[in-house]
Amino acid sequence: MNLPFAILAGLTAGSAIAAVSLRNLVHCALSLVVTFAGLAALFLQLNAEFVGFAQILVYVGAVAILIVFAILLTRGTESQPPPSIAAATPWAISIAVATFVMIAGAMLQTKAVPLASMTAVVEIAGQKMEVPIRPVTNPKPTVKSIGDKLMTDYVLPLEVVGLLLTAAMIGAVIIAMQERRPKSQ
Amino acid sequence: MTPLHSYLLLSAALFSIGLAGALTRRNAILVLIGIELMLNAANLNFIAFWRYSPNPEALHGVMFVIFSIAIAAAEAAVGLALIIAIYRHYKTTNLDQVDSMKG
Repeated sequence: MNLPFAILAGLTAGSAIAAVSLRNLVHCALSLVVTFAGLAALFLQLNAEFVGFAQILVYVGAVAILIVFAILLTRGTESQPPPSIAAATPWAISIAVATFVMIAGAMLQTKAVPLASMTAVVEIAGQKMEVPIRPVTNPKPTVKSIGDKLMTDYVLPLEVVGLLLTAAMIGAVIIAMQERRPKSQ
Repeated sequence: MTPLHSYLLLSAALFSIGLAGALTRRNAILVLIGIELMLNAANLNFIAFWRYSPNPEALHGVMFVIFSIAIAAAEAAVGLALIIAIYRHYKTTNLDQVDSMKG
């Protein structure tokens, strides 16, 4: 484990804990921005540049702003914040800790196979042969290759996502629109 | 411990933090924040597995995360619109007080 990863991991996990545990909602939203930025830096560290910048654009740029807007729009009339910690908190925290222990335990028991020792079965001239694969140790996906993939292999999911985003946008506007019917009460 | 293990551990920690947040907090916006954290933990897993996979040139992990980010954005927009609509009706975002279907 190298030092940049340790710093980024500590920053990300610490701000995530702050985002779900702070009392002030605006502080929670700002901690969430730090978490998203840390995750984007981790993506950049993993050579996924496009995903890292998409994370910054979508999460830090759009989702965080939406959350801040929602927080500011929904705290108008509440004179004092109600106690936001429920009585079931010990149970919930123990469930979360149990989940972490389960995932981490299963993962640490799994032995990682070194990539260099992996083999692949290929068929050459009618007979199957086992050949060692030469892994790409430092992948550098370019935006061009991602775009090629999106426009060839993944063109149907891309269209579906476009439709979904349109439907979600119209739906969000209609749901949040002011009701026009007169109040009878 | 390989680099892949450390990324997976961080991702498991983020998922658990998000789960704890979604379960303990009673404010609807904070529940949504917890869900976003869990989604991001899954994305980190995809990218880590893609980076240390034998064939990263296929770009499967990157593609999955790109679509996952798009869907998470749609989910956040609709979720926050629902929270605003609920707030307009009940004058609160505390989920314990939003307990009737009609009214």
